[in-house]
Amino acid sequence: MPIPNDFPLHPFKESPSQTAGPYVHIGLTPNFCGITGVYDADLGIGMVNDQTKGERITLEICVIDGGGTPLRDALVEVWQADAEGLYNARNEPRGEADPNFTGWGRVAADGETGIVRFETIKPGPVPFADGRLQAPHINVWIVARGINLGLSTRIYFEDAADDPVLSRMDIQDRKATLIARGGDGKYRHDIHLQGPQETVFFDL
Amino acid sequence: MSSNRAPIASFFPRDRQWHPKPLDPGYKSSVLRAPSRPLVAVANSLSETTGPAFGHDIIGALDNDLILNFAKPGMSAVGERIIVEGRVLDERGLPVPNVLLEFWQANAGGRYRHKKDGYLAALDPNFGGCGRTISDDDGTYAFRTIRPGPYPWPNGPNDWRPAHIHFSVFGQGFAQRLITQMYFEGDPLIPRCPIVRTINDPRAIDQLTARLDMNASVPMDALTYRFDIILRGSRSTLFENRMEGN
Repeated sequence: MPIPNDFPLHPFKESPSQTAGPYVHIGLTPNFCGITGVYDADLGIGMVNDQTKGERITLEICVIDGGGTPLRDALVEVWQADAEGLYNARNEPRGEADPNFTGWGRVAADGETGIVRFETIKPGPVPFADGRLQAPHINVWIVARGINLGLSTRIYFEDAADDPVLSRMDIQDRKATLIARGGDGKYRHDIHLQGPQETVFFDL
Repeated sequence: MSSNRAPIASFFPRDRQWHPKPLDPGYKSSVLRAPSRPLVAVANSLSETTGPAFGHDIIGALDNDLILNFAKPGMSAVGERIIVEGRVLDERGLPVPNVLLEFWQANAGGRYRHKKDGYLAALDPNFGGCGRTISDDDGTYAFRTIRPGPYPWPNGPNDWRPAHIHFSVFGQGFAQRLITQMYFEGDPLIPRCPIVRTINDPRAIDQLTARLDMNASVPMDALTYRFDIILRGSRSTLFENRMEGN
């Protein structure tokens, strides 16, 4: 058993995570799995509307396990800045984000293909902790059966040359795992949970 | 969304010994789905310390009542009626107000309303199995449901899940995002469950075990279980001209 190194000083420990299980959709996207009539619509399915500022993009994500099989039961959430680089959050200190952009999306993987599709915009740059600008990126969080604690990663675009996270030594040779492929508003990004192409996941 | 809350400088690091191991051979689904390379540590920026906001306006009248929210008019879900209540706090013990909590569960017989659940227990036509609410100013939340049943699952030849309710919780920053499960005090299946056993420390398992609270129970109606949820703590930004709150 681990030594309770900080128990007396910090009596409140974060609740330990447990897997979202195979039926996470019952709770988070009930309409998607046929439980209709409880909520009008699943949360997070619409990030943009007709008035949203910025370059529209379609982002297709596929999460792939160590056997090369797409996860058909995954749930993916994204969190991103608006076209100006502002987050639509209560604790965004820099100003008001585009009210026509939620910044947050939640989509269940297609039950056949495992593809998760977001209709969104290309985000603007956001400062890093030290004030340098980060390249435009989308924050990604993945849960599914067998994932005991939600996985955090990022998706960058082809213009991600100068970024304080990507330029870290321990990311250099795995940088490609964080950059979406595509252009002309259509991007595809595979997230590998294991193997030679294993995606960089973050301890945030 | 206006800036009505102080920005967060960074979250306390996650204690990954307290959380379950990503790969645990006893829980077979984790074997091909756990990253094998170390996580890359990154300092928090606004990308992690901000998160989506949800208001009470998204919550429907029955969203926190799983006994009625899927039931036909005049009907109600079958099972032992319970109330689950508790507080959302952070690691500093401070309440986390206005966070969205979502929960889902099997019915009283241990069957989920999902086309892939083939367990032979009956589906309850008046039970959907999902609900949601938003924590109050002091972090308090509550909802009403029926006690879910335990069920067998195809992991080992005779593995059973203890009765449990899944919880999904947002915090004030995306890096606080958490999914966990609530277990019920006294359930003999808790220490036998391979998913529970992905957690190393018995005190951490205890933290996920709700306690029966007879004083909060409603006579001739429902038992109450108390379940507090702790999210990551945060360091608030130090403002030179505004020391209060730090």
